[in-house]
Amino acid sequence: MSHAGQTPSQTVGPFFAYGLVPQQYGYELSSLFGAVLARPDTPGLAIRLIGQVFDGNDDAIGDALIEIRQADSQGAYPASPADVQATGFSGFGRCGTGTLAGHAYEFRSVKPGITTDGQAPHIDMIVSMRGLLSHVFTRVYFSDETAANARDPVLDSVAPERRPTLIAQRIDEAGGVTYRFDIRMQGDLETVFFDV
Amino acid sequence: MTPPDPTPPELSPRDWESQPPYLHPPYQSSIARAPRHALVPLKASLGELTQPVYGHDSVAEIDHDLTRNALKNGVPIGERIIVTGRVLDDAGRPVRDTLVEIWQANAAGRYVHRTDQHDAPLDPNFLGAGRTLTDSQGRYRFVTIKPGAYPWGNHPNAWRPNHIHFSLFGSHFASRLVTQMYFPGDPLLDLDPIYQCTPQGIRERLVADFSLDHTQPGTALGFVFDIVLRGARATPMAGRP
Repeated sequence: MSHAGQTPSQTVGPFFAYGLVPQQYGYELSSLFGAVLARPDTPGLAIRLIGQVFDGNDDAIGDALIEIRQADSQGAYPASPADVQATGFSGFGRCGTGTLAGHAYEFRSVKPGITTDGQAPHIDMIVSMRGLLSHVFTRVYFSDETAANARDPVLDSVAPERRPTLIAQRIDEAGGVTYRFDIRMQGDLETVFFDV
Repeated sequence: MTPPDPTPPELSPRDWESQPPYLHPPYQSSIARAPRHALVPLKASLGELTQPVYGHDSVAEIDHDLTRNALKNGVPIGERIIVTGRVLDDAGRPVRDTLVEIWQANAAGRYVHRTDQHDAPLDPNFLGAGRTLTDSQGRYRFVTIKPGAYPWGNHPNAWRPNHIHFSLFGSHFASRLVTQMYFPGDPLLDLDPIYQCTPQGIRERLVADFSLDHTQPGTALGFVFDIVLRGARATPMAGRP
């Protein structure tokens, strides 16, 4: 089977949890990655990132896998386990939508800064699920970063009427700052997905 | 912080000719979930071009052996197999030290996952999940049990072929790949809309080869499954050592 061509994608299917997010779902295997990306002492604004994933019938999807990757509050990506150990910031997390009420996902992290290459604060997101033969890639921007968003080349490449699908909405609560980012696979408000 | 590489490489493009379409109506679940808008091109930058960090000590040696990593009161039932191969980029370079995660049904075609309602027995000594890191040649190796076929609700009398799920990142967040490995000679492949969604001449890349060389005498049949990810384009960089 020797070949040089890229291996095709296949769906993650409905039964990934015990392999990819076992602790979240209560299986007897440690998770390599979880939904908490930062420690209490990690520099930056502690945030929750929450949301749901909706199909074309507006039903919340309970078997999606959300993976996020982001820079720290200074806009830098951890490059080694030593970096992660030093700041408590891992920069990568996973959460399935099968354990929380309403098929929600929830990450705890710090708000990313403007990246070292000058992009508006954002979180990269990969969404996989049964029914998706290839994963989709999107980006989460922040509703309270109007000025930086206006200068961001990626947002600028998106049709203005679709840009709001990429903006997480800030909610200030007694417990801290939450951003809500829903993903819509289809419909008038279909989330912008990127070919990276 | 380790200083980031100031000149991250460009990635070879995703080869969409080698990828299934999002919408493939014979696969019913794609109908309400496949995005309908065209993807918007995004030039990968630092976040997409670097890979998630994971401590190498978090992947235990036993994690690659699914016949031993979940023992309770015996050994798992079924046909022991070895699944091995190389992870390469599309320029043929080995992808070293990269995480490979797998999950699968047991020999009876039943997943441990709680929502799997297939009326087939669970195996108390088999979880069906494993992970490992590739070596300096991009090689990985798992020992496991050959997964069984199982019925699913896509269409009347639908059965999934024997398969193992694979998850990889490679050297870049943008080279992420989730796929499935199939077994040679499986008659269900011709009937499976998930396998069939990928173009003929391409989908054969998803079928492992039987290998007597990797078969362990008296113990386990060997199968070889090489995986090709997007890689860095070779770009001349002025001033680089």
